[in-house]
Amino acid sequence: MYESKGRKYFVVDGHVHFWDASPENQANKYGEGFINCFYDYHKNLSPEEYVWPLEKYQKYTEDDLIHDLFEIGYVDKAIFQPTYLKDFYVKGFNTTEDNGALVRKYPDKLITNGAFDPRHGEEGLKVLEALVREWGLKGVKLYTAEWYGSSKGWKLNEYWSYRYLEKCEELGVKNIHVHKGPTIWPLNRDAFDVHDVDHAASHFPELNFIVEHCGLPRLEDFCWIATQEPNVYGGLAVVMPFIHSRPKYFGQVVGELLYWIGEDRITFASDYAIWQPNWLIEKFVDFQIPEDMQSELGTISDDQKAKILGLNLARLYGFEVPPEMQVKGQEEGAIGSDPLSVA
Amino acid sequence: MTKVADVLDALEGVRDPELDQTLVELGFVTDVAVEGATVAVRLRLPTYFCAPNFAYLMVVDARRAVETLDGVEVARIALEDHFTAEEINAAVGRDAGFTEAFPGEAQAELHDLRALFQHKALIARQGRLCDELLAAGRGEEDLVTLRLHELPAGADADRCRELRHELGLGADPEGPAFVTGNGTPLTVADVPRFLRFARLVARSLEGNAGLCRGLLKTRYDLTDP
Repeated sequence: MYESKGRKYFVVDGHVHFWDASPENQANKYGEGFINCFYDYHKNLSPEEYVWPLEKYQKYTEDDLIHDLFEIGYVDKAIFQPTYLKDFYVKGFNTTEDNGALVRKYPDKLITNGAFDPRHGEEGLKVLEALVREWGLKGVKLYTAEWYGSSKGWKLNEYWSYRYLEKCEELGVKNIHVHKGPTIWPLNRDAFDVHDVDHAASHFPELNFIVEHCGLPRLEDFCWIATQEPNVYGGLAVVMPFIHSRPKYFGQVVGELLYWIGEDRITFASDYAIWQPNWLIEKFVDFQIPEDMQSELGTISDDQKAKILGLNLARLYGFEVPPEMQVKGQEEGAIGSDPLSVA
Repeated sequence: MTKVADVLDALEGVRDPELDQTLVELGFVTDVAVEGATVAVRLRLPTYFCAPNFAYLMVVDARRAVETLDGVEVARIALEDHFTAEEINAAVGRDAGFTEAFPGEAQAELHDLRALFQHKALIARQGRLCDELLAAGRGEEDLVTLRLHELPAGADADRCRELRHELGLGADPEGPAFVTGNGTPLTVADVPRFLRFARLVARSLEGNAGLCRGLLKTRYDLTDP
């Protein structure tokens, strides 16, 4: 819970990690390159006082996570988004099992999502089913740039992807977090393209598709599809930290998101440990769209911030929210805003 | 004899296809060396994992730009610190296409990808030009009647003409100043939606370029120019 100017905000951090990228766990140069790339994002976009040394960033402790998110942190609930990367890390980068171990210790604070890879075929469907039963999953995190043997990625609108999404539907796993990365098969396609999400979202209207970092670097493609699909959401991981380093750009992105998809479909996330939630939350609650952009992009209200910071994800994941932190009209649980006609 | 300055001039025409900015202005060119008729260029990118397709295009475009210079017989482009540097450098070095650089991983060359991002670049630049005209007091109807040669002079207008030529969308100076994605002239009814989307694309490209510059700076410990 975060309190500011007499108002209490319920905070759900929709994207956190407990990773191990230590040299001992790096399987090859790609594992080393991956964490170094993450580290540059961390260093480039964090306020100086929040920058960790590389050694700590490679492998932090359970105590660090609990401290940063919950002890000094304002987060009420945090959702692990596992990222396996087994081609890069011996034991994986952070798996459902690694996260699940922490969830069992802090069940009122943490939940974990699972993951699937459609290239695992029939066998993977059984693994997914077992994973859902063991951890009571309500969501999965999909990383389409994951390498697997000779393949450097996959799309959502393929036969096996649909088989897995059908399985999710059947098992009540309703929240599909989609994370795009720099590679895809075939490599000549734009790996960050989110049009496959459009197809999948139309095909599975009962599932919620939360596109991580709002499709960045393809904000335009994301807005275009999300405005037409009421079950597509924008996750703010990676978008949030611009609030510090490039507030004008952050204002543009938030303004565009409010216009194209509306306040009910934008969800907060820190992407911990890439960034720490506290400074993001403090700055966001104090944030306003810069004045010179307001005539075009409008403003953001405290109610809208409350929805983005926690109420939207609480609705998707069924978290109980104290009544004083609700926003009027939120209790009805309307999913999504009306798609805007742009065709 | 070819000078380093000539090579840098030639590289001015080579862009990051995703960001529509030149490799030189983005700080991607780290070294140019000329030895007789051989030119060696070193390139770097903001991350180890920048998408291989765009990386390939930058390397191959750099080679084409440098080897057309008078007096240059060999142009060696070396991409460094990238997870597919070896594959890309080797393929471009032996004049092989993208599918040969990544056998089994790519199904086609990169014409479609390039064209997709040329379209994005065109709409972004048109959006900025529209805003410039509106800010100068022109009305939305003017955007529709304006001719290509009447665009406010500057980098955006020059690049719009180039992009329209490259995309085969017609670059006749007497042609319409603003066109939609398939080259049809903008109509009054299109204007509000066109502007809204063009601004979004412009913000997206500018935002990405800003992030890339920031990451490059962090990665190589650069100070602000």
